[in-house]
Amino acid sequence: MTIPPVPYDIAPSPAAGVSPEEQQFNDLIAADSRIEPRDWMPEAYRKTLVRQISQHAHSEIIGMQPEGNWITRAPSLKRKAILLAKVQDEAGHGLYLYSAAQTLGITRDEMTDALIAGKARYSSIFNYPSPTWADMGSIGWLVDGAAICNQVPLCRASYGPYGRAMVRICKEESFHQRQGFEILLELMNGTDEQRAMAQESVNRWYWPALQMFGPPDDDSPNSAQSMKWNIKRFSNDELRQRFVGMLVPQAEVLGVTLPDPDLRWNEEKGVYDMGEIDWTEFHEVLQGRGPANARRLQRRRDAHENGRWVREAAAAYARKQAAKLTETAVA
Amino acid sequence: MSTPSRTDAGTNATSAPDRGHDHGENEGHGEGHGHVEVDGVELSAELVEGPSVASHDVAEYALWLGDDSLVLAQQLGWWISRAPELEEDIALGNIALDLIGHARSLLHYSGAESNRTEDDLAYWRTEPSWRSAHLFEQPNGDFAHTIARQFIAANYLFELYSRLAGSADATLAAIAAKAVKEVDYHRDHAAQWVLRLALGTEESRARMITGLSDLWPFLDELFVDEPLIDRLEGVAVRPSTLRGPVEDAMAPVLREAELDEPRGFISSGGGRRGDHSENLGPLLAEMQVLARAHPGASW
Amino acid sequence: MSAPGASEKEVWPLWEVFVRSSRGISHTHVGSLHAPDATLAVRNARDLYTRRNEGVSIWVVPAEAITTSDPDAKGAFFESPAGKNYRHASYYSKSEGVKHL
Repeated sequence: MTIPPVPYDIAPSPAAGVSPEEQQFNDLIAADSRIEPRDWMPEAYRKTLVRQISQHAHSEIIGMQPEGNWITRAPSLKRKAILLAKVQDEAGHGLYLYSAAQTLGITRDEMTDALIAGKARYSSIFNYPSPTWADMGSIGWLVDGAAICNQVPLCRASYGPYGRAMVRICKEESFHQRQGFEILLELMNGTDEQRAMAQESVNRWYWPALQMFGPPDDDSPNSAQSMKWNIKRFSNDELRQRFVGMLVPQAEVLGVTLPDPDLRWNEEKGVYDMGEIDWTEFHEVLQGRGPANARRLQRRRDAHENGRWVREAAAAYARKQAAKLTETAVA
Repeated sequence: MSTPSRTDAGTNATSAPDRGHDHGENEGHGEGHGHVEVDGVELSAELVEGPSVASHDVAEYALWLGDDSLVLAQQLGWWISRAPELEEDIALGNIALDLIGHARSLLHYSGAESNRTEDDLAYWRTEPSWRSAHLFEQPNGDFAHTIARQFIAANYLFELYSRLAGSADATLAAIAAKAVKEVDYHRDHAAQWVLRLALGTEESRARMITGLSDLWPFLDELFVDEPLIDRLEGVAVRPSTLRGPVEDAMAPVLREAELDEPRGFISSGGGRRGDHSENLGPLLAEMQVLARAHPGASW
Repeated sequence: MSAPGASEKEVWPLWEVFVRSSRGISHTHVGSLHAPDATLAVRNARDLYTRRNEGVSIWVVPAEAITTSDPDAKGAFFESPAGKNYRHASYYSKSEGVKHL
C-alpha cells in the first residue's frame, strides 16, 4: 500500500487544516474503534507500529533460543515435549506478528534482514544465557509472566491486525507461564540441589523480568503518544507494579524468595514498594553489551543463511511447476 | 496457579477471548485488564495405553520401535530455531512432537514388564541397551540429509504401523492405529521436500542426491528379521515383509523427482542387538546429562 | 487492489489462510503465512493454524489474488444501505405482536 506522505505533527489535535482522512482517523481513535490496514494513518503512527510489532516479532524469534538450548537435554520426556511445543509456539507467534507488521507495508524478508544485520531491536531479556534447567522454569514464570502482562492489554491495541495477532498469542500462551511455574514447583519440592537451582535461577531472572516493562514512566518518551493512540493501554510502571503484585503470592506458593530486600506491602498505597532497578545494566544490554547478544544474532543469521538454498529451491520448483501448467494449458 | 478463577488482575491465568474487538467491550477497565479463565479444553489421553502388560518379548519389541522414534525425535528437536524458514520450524516441530508421543507410549508399555517408567528407559539405559536402528541415529546433516532420513523413516514407519494396527497385541495395535495417521503426514511432508529439493535448483539437486546416497545404506537394516520376530508371530510385523511395500511407496516419488535409487554401500547395522553407529553415544550423552546428574530426582 | 501485505519482492509469497473451525461453520480468515506454492501453503497452514485442533478444513489464497474494495472510496462505497431500513424486519412495527411473523 502507499501511505500518503503527510508530515504529521505528533499531537492529533482537531486543529484547523485537518484533512477529512485525518479527522476520520482521530474520530476512530477517540471512539476506541480500530484502524485497519488500508485506512489513512499518520506516518508516525505507522512507524511506531512497524517498530513495535517487528520488535515484538523479533523477540519471539530470538526468544526461541534460550529455551531451545534445553530441548535436547530436557530431563524427562514429558518436559521435552512441553518445551518443544512451547518453543514451536514462539516461532508461530513471531510469524503472526511479522504478518501483522507486513500489512503496514514492510516485508518479513526486510524485517529479517534488519534483525540479522543487527539493526533491529528485540527484548533485551533474551540476551541473558540459560545455563540451568531451572531457567526453563524462570523464563516461563517470570519472563512469560511479564510478557503476558504486557500483551493482554495489547489485544485491544487500536491497530486491528496487531490486536488480532495478540488475541491469538495470548490464547496460546496461557500454558507457557503455567508450565514454567510447575517446573519451579517440581524443583522446589525436590532435592536440596534442585531447590538451590531454582532459587539461583529466580535470582538471576527476577530483575531482568521487571525491566521488560521498559524504563520508568518519566523516562519513557514514546509511551505517552502510544497511549494517546490506544496502542498502549497502561503505563510501564503500572504494568510493572501489577506484575509484582501477582508474583508475591505465587512466590509464596513456590517457596522461593524474590531477590529484593526492599520489597514490602505498602498499606497506604495498596501496592508493593520495590527496590531500585539497575537501569545501567538495562541500557548496557540494550546497547549490545549483554552476555549473549552476539551469539543470539549469529544463530539467527546462520539459520537464515543456511536455509537460503532451501528457500530458493522451493521457489524455483514453484516457478517450474507454474510454467509447466501454462504450457499444458496452451497445448 | 493458586487462584485461577479470580477475576482481578491478581491472577496470571490469562486467556484472551475469541474476538479481538469484543475484547475491548467485555473487559473491565482499570484493574481488571484481561480475561482470566483458562480455556476449558477437553484433553485427550497423552499416552496410548492398552489393557495388557507386555510379555518379555513384546516389551523388547516395543523397545525397538520406541527407541527408533525417540532417537529420531531427539534429532529433529535440534532443528527448532534453525530451520530454513519459520514455517518449517513449526512443521519439523510437529513431526518431532508426534514422534515423542509414539516413543512415550511405546516405552511406557515396554517398561511396565520390568517395572520401569518411560523415563527410566530413556534416561538410564546405556548405549548397548538401546535398540534403535542406525538410520534413526544418523546426524541431521544439512536440510537435504534430514529430509532424506525423514523420507526413508516415514515410509518405513507408515508401512510398519499400517500392519501393526492389526497386531494380536491390543496395546501395540492401539498405539499403531494412532501413530499411522501421524506418520502418514510425515511421509507427505518428506515427499514434498524431496520433490522441491531434487527439482529446484542445481545446488539443491546436488545436495538431495548426496543426502539420499548418504542415508540409503541404512535402509537394509530395517528389513532384517531377528530371532525375536519368530517368537512374536501375529504380534510383531516381520521386518522382511516390509521391504517390498516400503520400496514401492518410495519409488513413485523418486521417479517424479528424477532420482535414481542409490546403489552404494549397505550398512550391516546391528542396532537391534545393541551395536550402534558412532552417533548414538554423543546423542545419549546430551539427552541424559541432566537427568543423570540428579539420580532419583523428579522433574 | 490485493490484500494488505502482498509483495512481489519476497522469495516466498504471502498467503491468506481461512479455517473452518467445525462442521456447519463457514471458513474464517485466521491469518497469513509464507509458502513457495499452494501445496506447501496448505500444509504450512495445517501445521501453524490447526495445531491445537482448531480446524476441520483449510483454504489458502495467494494474498495478491485477493481483490479488495477501494480503500479510499470507503465512505461512498458503503453509503447506499443507510436509509434503506425497509430491508430489516424491525422496520415493520405494526405487525409486532402478531404470532409467526
